[in-house]
Amino acid sequence: MQTDTNMCVLLKYITWQNRHGFAEECLVSIKRKGKKNPLLSRASVLKMAVSTDCHKAQQDFPKVLILKPISFIAHVGEQHYASNKFTFLKAYDSSLPLHQFLSTHSPSIKAILASVGTPITADILQLLPEVGVVVTTSVGLNQVDLPECRRRGIKVANAGSVFSDDVADFAVGLLIDVLRKVSASDGYVRKGLWATKGDYPLGSKLGGKRIGIVGLGNIGFAVAKRLEAFGCGISYNSRKRKPHVSYPFYESVCELAANCDVLVICCELTDQTRHMINKEVLSALGKQGVIVNIGRGAIINEKEMVQCLVQGEIAGAGLDVFENEPDVPVELFAMDNVVLSPHVAVFTPESFLDLRDLVMGNLEAFFSNKPLLSEYGD
Amino acid sequence: MESIGVLMTCPPPDPYLVEQLEKRFTLFKFHSIPDKAHFLNSNKASIRAVVGNASAGADAQLIHQLPNLEIVSSFSVGLDKIDLAKCRERGIRVTNTPDVLTDDVADLAIGLMLAVLRRLCQSDRYVRSGQWKRGDFKLTTKFTGKSVGIIGLGRIGLAIAKRAEAFSCPISYHTRTEKSDVKYKYYPSVVELAANCQILVVACALTEETRHIINREVINALGPKGVLINIGRGPHVDEPELVSALVEGRLGGAGLDVFQDEPNVPEELFGLENVVLLPHVGSGTMETRKEMADLVVGNLEAHFLNKPLLTPVL
Repeated sequence: MQTDTNMCVLLKYITWQNRHGFAEECLVSIKRKGKKNPLLSRASVLKMAVSTDCHKAQQDFPKVLILKPISFIAHVGEQHYASNKFTFLKAYDSSLPLHQFLSTHSPSIKAILASVGTPITADILQLLPEVGVVVTTSVGLNQVDLPECRRRGIKVANAGSVFSDDVADFAVGLLIDVLRKVSASDGYVRKGLWATKGDYPLGSKLGGKRIGIVGLGNIGFAVAKRLEAFGCGISYNSRKRKPHVSYPFYESVCELAANCDVLVICCELTDQTRHMINKEVLSALGKQGVIVNIGRGAIINEKEMVQCLVQGEIAGAGLDVFENEPDVPVELFAMDNVVLSPHVAVFTPESFLDLRDLVMGNLEAFFSNKPLLSEYGD
Repeated sequence: MESIGVLMTCPPPDPYLVEQLEKRFTLFKFHSIPDKAHFLNSNKASIRAVVGNASAGADAQLIHQLPNLEIVSSFSVGLDKIDLAKCRERGIRVTNTPDVLTDDVADLAIGLMLAVLRRLCQSDRYVRSGQWKRGDFKLTTKFTGKSVGIIGLGRIGLAIAKRAEAFSCPISYHTRTEKSDVKYKYYPSVVELAANCQILVVACALTEETRHIINREVINALGPKGVLINIGRGPHVDEPELVSALVEGRLGGAGLDVFQDEPNVPEELFGLENVVLLPHVGSGTMETRKEMADLVVGNLEAHFLNKPLLTPVL
């Protein structure tokens, strides 16, 4: 009878484990406990396992720290970010001050998952001696103290190229919309004005326009490849000239602007790129020029850009990002040569699930001692 | 040439075109003449050319009333408003504006695809109406990699294919006969094409055969996740069927630059977020309209100077 009880307990135990995918770990743990103390009966080992090990199993898991809520997780649902190798530890759910929270949990925090708005500073890393990897949901790594990570031997993985297609698509969509007045004339038709007021004013041809890409990374390249098919010429400015690229390179953004009709901002926001697009650059772009921003709002001096638009110093703008989202300068609302979007260049289920696969893939690889999927290396 | 009468049968589509015609000919704007029958009776002898566009050209009745008509020069590439058989019978020359507008129309087709799939117009309205302050916009759907089916693989169809390929879209097509020199997948019927693509584009000429080529059967085959893009002519589509399919959710979305009865657009579409509605702007850029106008005027000049026509159809 005791054997039956044991079997029942064991079966219940294994069923619970299987449901939560922890079968292997826990069975190993039972065997280990049994071997350590041969005086313990099998039943008591099992009882112990059921009451403590399993419940502890999750608590024993290594922790991945999340400092602030991550919208990518919220949008698809936390059930899509579940693993049998680790659990997420949300600092923002705790009432403790951050430093205290981190000190308390530091022994179990092996990894950090950071979004673009979460600075991973040397101060934070100092409180987390067990961290071996920082995974970001962003492509840019400006928020991560990379030298400190390097010094500590902490691996870093970013969002790789999961967003490149969607962001590039969106940049092209915004550009065609601005030049051909798609949103403006759609609104015109919906108000019944085509029948009463006649044809909508003409737009401007995309083919043959000279495109200046600011930042020729994965996204910049994807934009260039698409616009080439429309008969556009491509040139670029980047931190460094790219060796195997045939597009003309310009040393400065101003020079780039002076030699193109459209500027597409595809770079990261850093101290060097903050307000890089200013009145001088926009004047160089000229009265027929159009700017498209799918990078970060603060790369452009927003006040100066709005003034240029108001005064007709540039012809139009397609903007997915702004300096102080969700606030958008009201002067833009009256303009039909401007297309605005609420930071949605990556907002497709495909991108969000691709990001989930990459983030979870990176973390699971780390905890399995396998190579990361999108490790950042200088 | 000032004594040559040119009858513009469409509402004047472009000030530059009108200006260039008035410099060279006596231009009559048919659209604004109140008593058209009386006018034709009085002036038919002097009218030797007609200029039309997508909205009005030269039908059999008009051709019959113009005994001295020698040439019809259309401010469009489409010829559906011209009675070609009648022109052939009378020996009337016909010209259009091919090539110069191919890029603009193809650009707009892709622009419509992106606007529909990524909800560009809704996003713009979301920001302007202040809704962004209350919360994030929703997820839309990825364009890259979606399969694109093209009806009609002429200049415009090929230009659309080339652009869509840059977004890694697999391309398939339907034409009357399969094209041997083309690498895209061919479907022998529009329904089969619609059943096997996610975005269906109408890029063929409007003829007797292609009227209502997009009907209920095709729309159902395209389905609740499918998107229809029409940069051809309104009558390519059975419009009431399209409207009910969109309203009922049997079709996923539509990007429409042309309609059955322009400038009238079915009002049921105004409240839908999965459609983009444009006022026939396929060739609507300053650069292209100028090139089109130069072709129209150039063709007329060539004809009256007994030189070879620039872009003859007949």
